[in-house]
Amino acid sequence: MDFLSILRVAWRALSRNKLRSSLTMLGVIIGVGAVIAMVGVGQGASQAVQQQISAMGSNVVFVSSGTVNRGGLRLGWGQTKSLVYDDMRAIVRECAAVRAAAPGASSAEQVVFGNDNWFTNVQGTEPQYFDIRDWTLAAGVPFTQPDVEAAANVAVIGNTVRQNLFGAADPVGQTIRIKDLPFRVVGVLNAKGQSAHMGQDQDDVIFVPITTLQKKLTGDTWLRFIVVSAVSRQASYAAQQEITALLRDRHRIRPGQDDDFIVRNLADIAQLADESSRVMTLLLASIAGVSLIVGGIGIMNIMLVSVTERTREIGIRMAIGATEDDVQRQFLTEAVVLSLLGGAVGILFGIGSSLLITRLLGWAVVISPAAIAVAALFSGAVGIFFGFYPARKAARLDPIEALRFE
Amino acid sequence: MSTVVQPASPADTSRPTSELIRVEEVHKYYELGETRVHALRGVSVTISRGEFVAIMGASGSGKSTFMNLLGCLDRPSSGRYLLENTDVAQLDKKALAAIRNRKLGFVFQGFNLLSRTTALENVELPTLYAQLNKEERLTRAREALRTVGLEDRMDHFPSQLSGGQQQRVAIARSLVNRPSILLADEPTGNLDSRTSVEIMDVFQQLNDQGLTIVLVTHEPDISRFAKRTLLFRDGKIRRDDPVADRPRAGEVLKALPKLED
Repeated sequence: MDFLSILRVAWRALSRNKLRSSLTMLGVIIGVGAVIAMVGVGQGASQAVQQQISAMGSNVVFVSSGTVNRGGLRLGWGQTKSLVYDDMRAIVRECAAVRAAAPGASSAEQVVFGNDNWFTNVQGTEPQYFDIRDWTLAAGVPFTQPDVEAAANVAVIGNTVRQNLFGAADPVGQTIRIKDLPFRVVGVLNAKGQSAHMGQDQDDVIFVPITTLQKKLTGDTWLRFIVVSAVSRQASYAAQQEITALLRDRHRIRPGQDDDFIVRNLADIAQLADESSRVMTLLLASIAGVSLIVGGIGIMNIMLVSVTERTREIGIRMAIGATEDDVQRQFLTEAVVLSLLGGAVGILFGIGSSLLITRLLGWAVVISPAAIAVAALFSGAVGIFFGFYPARKAARLDPIEALRFE
Repeated sequence: MSTVVQPASPADTSRPTSELIRVEEVHKYYELGETRVHALRGVSVTISRGEFVAIMGASGSGKSTFMNLLGCLDRPSSGRYLLENTDVAQLDKKALAAIRNRKLGFVFQGFNLLSRTTALENVELPTLYAQLNKEERLTRAREALRTVGLEDRMDHFPSQLSGGQQQRVAIARSLVNRPSILLADEPTGNLDSRTSVEIMDVFQQLNDQGLTIVLVTHEPDISRFAKRTLLFRDGKIRRDDPVADRPRAGEVLKALPKLED
């Protein structure tokens, strides 16, 4: 029997029991739809995390002053005064895996422009900071190294600060007042969004030269952090080790003593986030996979019923020349058509619910072609696997018995 | 498949005396739980091309078992069954299916048509398993339906046809692959007497055209239309007689009053 005829016979047998066929398919539809939607949610979350992490800049290693134990009172990260500008210079000079580094210190200040004012975080740094963090400007230019050397009163403002102080107006060239000192705005940064690990608004910031901050705003020479860029993503681990060794040496920390600084590798954070979202995707997909298997059992059940109901038909077909293979192929085809049809509807259902999740919950859901392909393949496999036993049973019928069946 | 089943050559069919079926000392046992049923106890018979044989016998005489063997639905426990000089007992299930498909045509008491499938599609069914192309399949199915006089009922479903018409569709189905032999198991068992004669008329006409027919019946009236009767009892052939004064079903029909209801 040629394939087209088998398909036609299968289609007719299935359409004879429309309600039964659609209810059987429902199991596969829900299974496949759930796999696609769940994998979509998982991958969407993973992609969002990855985007946030890469938004911090590539190959970045953060060095911040560490905690310290003062008579049992433990202070938080960045509370100790342990990093200095020369540490940064030494890192750039001596660590082979480091491409660039920028210092960072900050002070919370009230900022005024015209009648508006805004309480924000003023950070002191050097121009290479923007490059290290992959942070581009929406308007104007970053301040320059001569500005740093001259401790000039220039500022680059974040997007949130721009919105709050200037509204729709162009801030470049305007003068704002920080702690009653006039600063000329030279650049406006593009929005970067919330940070991945703490969820704080990264755009609520004003950057000024480090020298200006230290001399005119805080009055001290300590650094709160150093932002380092490794030569490559792989090198960021080497950079981390080199920096730790260097700083322990420079800070004269004896073996066995705790660091008075902390070095964090963004690749580590990225990997951790990636790992957890992968586990979540896997978990969601396997829950959905279980429903696909339940759908397969439904197919097997209905095929067994169908074989019993059509025993006489099987007998007739065998009497007029159908081989065991013919009969088996016919019932297997019916099961596969059921499951593939369910798979096809399930794919549409999965895409539909992904779009619905995106619209209703605002989650980024990725409709991945790979998940669709896997779901389609899997639904076919479910049909073959769960259709095999009923088909085998049909093929093994004795034609004489089958013809006598009432 | 084609290496096992040789299509009958035209030279063979033109020789009505040539041997088609040879059964030698065939026994058949069934195991029914603990007991062993000896259904056939040494049956030997030869059937030639062009014969029209009626097999008679009470139920339990072994005639149905014998038909199942002739129909290659079952294999003998011992003995030989040669169909066109091929020892069927030696063939595997696949080869038997091919023989059923190409060499044998089945007609059953209960018609055994597929419901919700048109007459034409029912007749076409055996050709699907014979790997014929679509065009050839339809041509043959239409031709077979014409042979039994149902060319105007092709698109009817079995439920829309009378018992006699359904049996004609079944006969058309058995003819569609141009078999060497037609096996009919109580073909008139579900039909009234007039329709029964009509079916026998179809059989006689087919036999006149050279088709070999073996028919199982327990009605002596029906067996008269055949050329030869075999009487089964207790698993053996007790009598093997030619039919004397064989009536023509066509003429019997003319004499029968038409039933008006």
